[in-house]
Amino acid sequence: MPYTYLEEIAIADVAFRATGKTEEEVFAAAADATVNVMVEDLATIRDRVRIPVKLENDALDMLLFDFLNEFIYLKDAKGLLMRVYTIHIGRRDSRFVLSGELYGEKLDPLGHPLRGDVKAVTLHRFNLRRTDDGWEATVVLDI
Amino acid sequence: MAPAGLKKVSDTVWELPPSYKAGMLVPARIYATEKLIRAMDDGVFDQVTNVACLPGIIRAAFCMPDGHWGYGFPIGGVAAMDPKTGVISPGGIGFDINCGMRLVLTNLTYDEVKPRLRELVDRLFERVPCGVGSRGFIKLSRDDFRSVMAEGSRWVLRKGYGWPEDLELTEEGGCFPGADPAKVSERAVERGVDQVGTLGSGNHYCEIQVAKPENVFDGELAKRLGFTIPNQIAIMFHCGSRGFGHQVATDYLQVFLKAMESRYGIRVDDRELACAPFLSPEGQNYLAAMTCAINMAFANRQVILHRIREVFADIFHRDPLDLGMHMVYDVAHNTAKLENHRVDGKPKEVLVHRKGATRAFGPRLEGLPARYRETGQPVIIGGSMETGSYLLVGLESAAETFYSTAHGSGRTMSRNKAKRMVRGDKLQREMEQRGIYVRSATRSGLAEEAGAAYKNIDEVVEATELAGLSKRVVRLLPVGNIKG
Repeated sequence: MPYTYLEEIAIADVAFRATGKTEEEVFAAAADATVNVMVEDLATIRDRVRIPVKLENDALDMLLFDFLNEFIYLKDAKGLLMRVYTIHIGRRDSRFVLSGELYGEKLDPLGHPLRGDVKAVTLHRFNLRRTDDGWEATVVLDI
Repeated sequence: MAPAGLKKVSDTVWELPPSYKAGMLVPARIYATEKLIRAMDDGVFDQVTNVACLPGIIRAAFCMPDGHWGYGFPIGGVAAMDPKTGVISPGGIGFDINCGMRLVLTNLTYDEVKPRLRELVDRLFERVPCGVGSRGFIKLSRDDFRSVMAEGSRWVLRKGYGWPEDLELTEEGGCFPGADPAKVSERAVERGVDQVGTLGSGNHYCEIQVAKPENVFDGELAKRLGFTIPNQIAIMFHCGSRGFGHQVATDYLQVFLKAMESRYGIRVDDRELACAPFLSPEGQNYLAAMTCAINMAFANRQVILHRIREVFADIFHRDPLDLGMHMVYDVAHNTAKLENHRVDGKPKEVLVHRKGATRAFGPRLEGLPARYRETGQPVIIGGSMETGSYLLVGLESAAETFYSTAHGSGRTMSRNKAKRMVRGDKLQREMEQRGIYVRSATRSGLAEEAGAAYKNIDEVVEATELAGLSKRVVRLLPVGNIKG
C-alpha cells in the first residue's frame, strides 16, 4: 500500500503518510488512506457510481486538503464511499487544477465492514513535499 | 515532558511565563497535579503557549487537567478574548462544534434494570443510529434544517420531541442567540441535514450508568441534582454537531487562512490557529455559522434523548415521566461565546473559547437555571467506557479560568496501538463478565476506546477539585454502552 498509518503524531486521532511517484499518485494514495479509516477493506468498494471531480486552489497542498475533504463530504452528504478512478493535476494562471473521476458505491454496512468515521481533515502537521522518489503527504484526520 | 521554565504556582497550577516564547502576550497556565503534568505530552506546552500569542487574549492561556495535544489549541484549552481587540479562532473550538454531554436520570435501581439490560442496550443500539454514514430518523427539509440551526432544542420541542423542562436544563436553553443560516455553506447543510438524532463515531457514546452509594462524594448535592435512591440508574451521552459542524469548521478555517495575514496582518505558528478579529466580517460570519452548529448539536442531543425515553418506556411499559427520566443537565465542551466575567475587578464581556473544556459556573452566577442557583452548574465529565464518568458542580473559585473545567479523561494511547493491544470481541466479552454490556458499530472501534487507552479519570477530576475548578458529586459506573 502506498500509505502507512503513523503511531505517535495523533494519539486521539489518525495520521498517515502517503507516497506516490507523481502528484496524481500521492493524491490517490492519500484518498485511499482517508477512506480506509472508515472502511476495513477498500476492495469491497465496487465501481457502481462515477462522479466527476474538479477542484482549484492557489496552493498544491491546499488542493490536496480540498480533495480529501471531497471524500468526507460524499460519505456524509451522498452516502457514497469513493476511490480515485482517474485524476489529472495541472496548472492554470498560477493556480493548481485537479480534474478527474471518482468511482464507488452507496455505503452499506453489510457490504462494507466499517471502522471509524472521519470528522475532518486537519492542517495539523499537514505536509505535501517532493522527495527523491516522487511525492510524500503527511495528514492528520480528526476522528 | 514538562519543559524547562515551567514554574510551579501551587500544587495544581503550573505556569509558563511570557518570556518562554517570543510573541506570548500573557502567561500559559496549566491546571494539573504533579503526576498529571509530568505525563502531559509536549504538544500541550507548545500549543498552549501558541494560544498565549493570540491578539486580545486576557489574563492567560489555560489548559485543564485532561489536556493533551489538539489542533491549534490543546484539548482542554481555554482562552478569553477582548471582543474589541481580540480574535476568534476555529482552532479554539474544534471541528466538532458543541460536542457535549447530557445526563438523564431515571428512578430505576440497578436491580430493576439488570434483568433487562441486554434488551435495553440492544434496543438503544437499534434506535439511536451510530457509526459511519448513520442517518437520523427525522427527515428534515432544507427549511426545517435552517430552523434547527436558528432554534436548536426549541425547534425539537416544538415538534414534540421533548419536555419544556429539558430546555431549562440545557446550557443557554439549548439555543445560542445570533445564529445565521445564511453564513453556512450548502455543503455543510448537505452533510448535516440527515444527521439530526445520530450519535456519531470515535469517542461518542450513550451509556447506562449506576450511582452506587459508595461513589457519592456529596450526598446533599447529589440529592439536589436528582440522585435520591441508592444504585440509581442514569443515562449519559456524548456527541456533537456531526458532519454539519465539521464542515462549518473546515469552511471557516480556509476563510481565516486567506484573510488572516493579508487583510489583518496576523501571523500564527500553526495553521490550525487561523483566526480573524472578532469584530471583522470574517469573525462575525464565523460566529453566526458556528452558532448554527452549536444549535444543531443541542437539537441532536435533544432528539437522541427523545429516542432514549422511548426505549425505556417500551422496555419497562411505563411513561418516561413515570420513570423519572428528567435531565440533570446538558453542557457543551467545544464552543466560543460572549460571557460576562470580572476582569481586573470590573465586570466585562469577554469571548471565551473552550476547546475540550466545560463551562462550570459557580453558584448564583447569571445564566444558571433556578434549581441550580445555589448548587452551582452541573458539570458532566465523561470517562472511558470501562472506568466510569463523573457528575460535578461548578465553584466560585473557578473565576480565574472564566469558570471552566475539564471535559474528559484524555487519551494516552494511539488508536492503532490500542487496536494492536486489544481485540474488540475479547474486550466485549470481558466487559460483559464485569457487568458492562456494550454494543458497537465496529469491533475495531470498540478496541480503540478501551479503558487502557485513556488517562485515569479519577486523577483528572480529583485535580479539578484540588484546583478549585469543580467539585465531585457522584461517580457513575457504566453498566451498558452503545458506541459508533
